[in-house]
Amino acid sequence: MSAIREPFSEGESLLHRLDPRGKVAAAAAFSVLVASSRTFATALTGLCLAVVAILCARLPWRKVAARLLVVNGFVLFLWLVLPFTYPGEVVWRWRWFAATREGLAAAGLITLKSNALLLGLIALVATVPLVDLGQALHRLRLPDKLCHLLLFTYRYLYVFEQEYQRLTQAMKIRGFRPRTDLHTYRSYAYLAAMLLVRSHDRAERVYQAMLCRGFQGRFYSLKEFSWQPRDRLFLATAGLSLLVLAGLEWLLPWTLGRTGGG
Amino acid sequence: MHHMEGDPIIAVQHLTFRYPGAPRPVFEDFSFELLPGHHLGLVGPNGAGKTTLLHLLMGLLKPQAGRILIFGREVSTEKDFAWVRQRVGLLFQNPDDQLFCPTVLEDVAFGPLNQGKTKAEAVALARETMAKLGLEGFEERLTYKLSGGEKKLVALATVLAMQPQLLLLDEPTSGLDEATKLRLIHILQHLSIPYMIVSHEREFLNETVKKCCQVHAHCCQPE
Repeated sequence: MSAIREPFSEGESLLHRLDPRGKVAAAAAFSVLVASSRTFATALTGLCLAVVAILCARLPWRKVAARLLVVNGFVLFLWLVLPFTYPGEVVWRWRWFAATREGLAAAGLITLKSNALLLGLIALVATVPLVDLGQALHRLRLPDKLCHLLLFTYRYLYVFEQEYQRLTQAMKIRGFRPRTDLHTYRSYAYLAAMLLVRSHDRAERVYQAMLCRGFQGRFYSLKEFSWQPRDRLFLATAGLSLLVLAGLEWLLPWTLGRTGGG
Repeated sequence: MHHMEGDPIIAVQHLTFRYPGAPRPVFEDFSFELLPGHHLGLVGPNGAGKTTLLHLLMGLLKPQAGRILIFGREVSTEKDFAWVRQRVGLLFQNPDDQLFCPTVLEDVAFGPLNQGKTKAEAVALARETMAKLGLEGFEERLTYKLSGGEKKLVALATVLAMQPQLLLLDEPTSGLDEATKLRLIHILQHLSIPYMIVSHEREFLNETVKKCCQVHAHCCQPE
């Protein structure tokens, strides 16, 4: 039996004990800033901030590395394509491949940004148990529908996984072995369709059960979050760091431009 | 119309219901009564319409003809059934359909909150109900990580926390081990409200109800 694992949400570090609302808000601002940055200074500082946050969260580094590996697998493809397709000044040539300075810079920037974002989100968002995350988003005035979509997905993902396991086991015990033939494809199509039908039926029954308990379209949250002094400290630190990031992004090119132009 | 002492709490009159596309109706000119203070078992072969009857009573299915009276009041519209659902609890066959909140306490408090109770009242009611069912300490447990028996008992708690005046149970013993079955029997024997149980298990019914009815297309025949 495999439940949905949230390896990063278990921990006793200071970062784990912070109010999830503050962490989510900081993560959102950080993501926007880093994702929209166009300078190496901002991206690099963002990455440093994210690394500091990860260190504070004291997460199992092997698992963090595994996640990084997945993302950097995609980034590797960018390195194979971007430098050779981006128009600009050619700095390296081999046969008919020509890498441009602009292409290399773009690939480098994307690498920095994606790693900074991933580490930042692991440190700030993945350290919140999903249930608390739903409630925190609710408190941050995210639309009800989105919060409930998140919580319901989380709740029933497990049920669907079990359903899937049951179906595949039922196939296996009758001697099904995947091959590359029409029978295999058809069986998998049946499996997918059956999962869809069952999910639909279950959604209906869940809704009926909710109606039976007087559901009128409103959800109530029992979770109480409370601000601690450490949360204020965190928000102040995060706010300051984000200001530095924003400053690097917008003020630095401006001053450089002024001195360069003058 | 006021509900009088001794009047049936459920009265179904000349009801007809057919699932869309089904060759023949499940119920045709079906009539049935449940008197106050009664504990009734509904039996019958698969497909006889036992679950369908419970769903019709809760307004989850709509009959093509006939009348349903609950606590002496005729109910037919969605609004009527919203009123019914505040007073009648239905325990679903599969607790996974019933438990949808992340934690047990939230799930048990969901019904009372829908009834307009404050957060504090709802939590108090939830804790009280859970204590009655021997579920102390389950508050922060995650609903999807409970065992089958625990899920069933928590599902029962979610229904009982609404303080229903009538309880409908759909195959409450399916998939339960002997110990949990005994717990359920004990809980039902100490319940002060009337209830109706759909079950295939004679032994369980012998312990929990005085009378059993066989469900047919036209009526429920006492055995």
